[in-house]
Amino acid sequence: MSKLGQIEISPAASAAEEINAYMAEQEKKSLLRFLTCGSVDDGKSTLIGRLLYDTKLIFEDQLAALTKDSRKHGTNGEDIDFALLVDGLEAEREQGITIDVAYRFFSTPKRKFIVADTPGHEQYTRNMATGASTADLAIVLVDARQGILRQTRRHSFIASLLGIRNIILAVNKIDLVDYSQDVFDKIVADYQEFASKLGFKTIQAIPLSARFGDNVIGPSANLPWYTGPALLQHLENVPLEIADEARPFRFPVQFVNRPNLDFRGFSGTIASGSVAPGDEVVVAKSGKSSRVKRIVTWDGDLKSAGEGEAVTIVLDDEIEVSRGNMLVAPDARPDVADQFAANVVWFAEHALIPGRSYILRTETDQVTATITDLKYRIDINSFAQEAAKSLDLNEVGVVNISTQVPIAFDAYKSNRSTGSFILIDRLTNATVGAGMIDFALRRASNVHWQALDVDKASRAAQKDQKPAVVWFTGLSGSGKSTIANLVEKRLSSLGKHTYILDGDNVRHGLNRDLGFTEEDRVENIRRVGEVAKLMADAGLIVLVSFISPFASERRMVRELLAEGEFLEIFVDTPFEECAKRDPKGLYAKALRGEIKNFTGVDSPYEAPDNPELHLKTVGRTTEELASEVEKLLVEHGIIFNYDQSSWSI
Amino acid sequence: MTKNLTHLQRLEAEAIHIFREVAATFSNPVMLYSIGKDSSVMLHLAMKAFYPAKPPFPFLHVDSTWKFKEMIAFRDSEAQRLGFDLLVHSNQEGIEQGIGPFTHGSNTHTHIMKTVALRQALDKYGFDAAFGGARRDEEKSRAKERIFSFRNAQHSWDPKNQRPEMWKIYNTRVAKGESIRVFPISNWTELDIWQYIMQEEIPIVPLYFAARRPVVERDGMLIMRDDERMQLLPGEVLQQKMVRFRTLGCYPLTGAVESGAATLPEIVSEMLVSRTSERQGRMIDKDEAGSMEKKKREGYF
Repeated sequence: MSKLGQIEISPAASAAEEINAYMAEQEKKSLLRFLTCGSVDDGKSTLIGRLLYDTKLIFEDQLAALTKDSRKHGTNGEDIDFALLVDGLEAEREQGITIDVAYRFFSTPKRKFIVADTPGHEQYTRNMATGASTADLAIVLVDARQGILRQTRRHSFIASLLGIRNIILAVNKIDLVDYSQDVFDKIVADYQEFASKLGFKTIQAIPLSARFGDNVIGPSANLPWYTGPALLQHLENVPLEIADEARPFRFPVQFVNRPNLDFRGFSGTIASGSVAPGDEVVVAKSGKSSRVKRIVTWDGDLKSAGEGEAVTIVLDDEIEVSRGNMLVAPDARPDVADQFAANVVWFAEHALIPGRSYILRTETDQVTATITDLKYRIDINSFAQEAAKSLDLNEVGVVNISTQVPIAFDAYKSNRSTGSFILIDRLTNATVGAGMIDFALRRASNVHWQALDVDKASRAAQKDQKPAVVWFTGLSGSGKSTIANLVEKRLSSLGKHTYILDGDNVRHGLNRDLGFTEEDRVENIRRVGEVAKLMADAGLIVLVSFISPFASERRMVRELLAEGEFLEIFVDTPFEECAKRDPKGLYAKALRGEIKNFTGVDSPYEAPDNPELHLKTVGRTTEELASEVEKLLVEHGIIFNYDQSSWSI
Repeated sequence: MTKNLTHLQRLEAEAIHIFREVAATFSNPVMLYSIGKDSSVMLHLAMKAFYPAKPPFPFLHVDSTWKFKEMIAFRDSEAQRLGFDLLVHSNQEGIEQGIGPFTHGSNTHTHIMKTVALRQALDKYGFDAAFGGARRDEEKSRAKERIFSFRNAQHSWDPKNQRPEMWKIYNTRVAKGESIRVFPISNWTELDIWQYIMQEEIPIVPLYFAARRPVVERDGMLIMRDDERMQLLPGEVLQQKMVRFRTLGCYPLTGAVESGAATLPEIVSEMLVSRTSERQGRMIDKDEAGSMEKKKREGYF
């Protein structure tokens, strides 16, 4: 017996020829990835089992095992229970439910298929989303006796959210309602009413019986009133999304291939568009441009490469590109931003909470990210937007996200590869959510990094120094500004170019809108960090004198700057000593309760664990302390070509 | 110009992407090399993924000491031809205790000489990611497994609590002691493997091709007597038959099929009309229902 889709093979000597013809035939086949979804007991696994059985993809030994299993666990009496073919886990067979997504493979003369059979229980929604994320089409099953259920709506919504545009509404168990056209029409009408909001391109409704095979691989005599295609017929003929040539080139860099000094290539999979040697490409995050020199593969260099191909690109120049960056078309660049709006599906028992920090991972990039705002939760039944403080397991919401450093991305609706991300719990490393980016927020959106010809190194070289941010942290009155002031005086006398950013002074201008709550203190430091970064970029040695009580914000500034550019100095003066000195009379007021959120009194100070320099001030002169700072600058190569004896105080 | 990729080109690109993802994100990956046809395809894909560099990880063969002699010879010649870094590990305690499939049965043998041996090797070298050549079409529990499959510090798999695996974004983060098994050819079928071997002219162990071999019929399977350790039982006769193997493992546990298929096209042709799955020749799957899942939970690949 020949399997469906396979040519008859004679045992003659021309086997090689026939096989080659067969192989050539296989090569031309397209691939459709689809999933089955819907509520519990709507018969998803049974349907796939039936498809595999009727397309003769079940082997004799598997059939024997299935018959044995059916007697043990089956729900169909003496008949074969096809669900047992796909419910591969012991727990699934024992409980008669599907827990996790199973992938199955079959082919017909026209197409190859990868099927994701996904669970119907609400608690396993994340596994349904896993199956949907790589699918081109969804079969939504409905039990003809039950009609549209909560899970039918949820799964249709998630399929739509994940970008699936083709739906088959399979009205199953039609045998149990006497093959009634009225029942079928009613369900189709109900479905179309709510699905009209979900943006599907095609919805094909098919009445069928997975258990008895009606309308599965061919038309059924039991359903004379139905004139549409059988399930398999439709799966074979539904038009596929073809790679759209018009989409701009996107190449997320996965891996830098550098086997020796003569070769430096960027490996990755082309997410969209195409590329050829000689094409200009831009590094998304830096804005630097170069040209493609070679497209390297094991099978030889390529003349061009397009969407879906895994290649290694060699550029004309030695420009900086690393994993997480993207090579893109110069005239149609992705967004590069650190704030954006996105849809999020939540997978974890612990709720999503705005303000909490997670690891955000795109196809190749990984950054720390915070949900800054939960704009609303989406009600699965009515698709209404509801105010919410958190997102629980299996809920969907729209959020604003802020990343520690900018990432390169497109909107999910224009590119599934470059517009998606997952969120990972920092402690347990569990995947807690999946997101689809809508758009970049405010200023971040269309401001691309302008690559400048005069760079930081050349500006610093002109000044005969290495730029740095010297960050003095410590309690109010600990002596930060006094020491910084003397250090600047000495550097200036050496001809060095410097600037002091002082907490009090900055609060009079740039940060005058900020108070002393925890949120405002965080923003205070963020702004000063960014200003210090620009000044360092100008080649300056920047002395920053800020209480900066929180370790996380100091770490944030350190991470803003290049390696070795941030020098943290802990000006360590005990609280009692500061309160005694009290140069501005603030401690007295704070201790009387007249100032709220005063560091060391009713707001904490987190001392640095590993500062570059720990200055204990008690019993030492400002001159001694300033000299220690200078020694640090020499050790770190910030200042050089100097003669200590020439220092004047 | 953008061309639509063929089915095999898509599968190849997906596998290469997965290989690179592991190399870029894990500190100490390894590839489990079992010498079979799937391993041959994996090896070929790994060479492609990192070209012109060599794969930046070693290849580990867990040797139960009961493999076919031709497999070991093939392994060594491939290591030499491609210049990859080959590690071989056997469970020394198991060898000292004389564990073998004839004396201890397939279950005990597989557990001690394969599962335990694998855990020993992973612990010894501290690998945090291990590539395997499992495919989802092979077996029911494998059809349920993620491409990046998390293992706790005891190397065990929790099928009810797998990480969601969305798009091509893989969560590769592990804590110390934990690891991830990675299956780049999860979405390939047996036919895809053969088609790819033909297309790419990938060398495979000659045991896949039919030849006259000394076999004994035992428990309904044709077992090839590869060395003296296999004693004939009363009534058993050693016969010379034209046979080949659809999968390769420990010779006492791997059944041969009678076949005249001596070339790749003949093998594919035979496969297309076959009415049994390739794992039918594997004794270890049959010991009890759900036995593959059980072995996987214990740390088997």
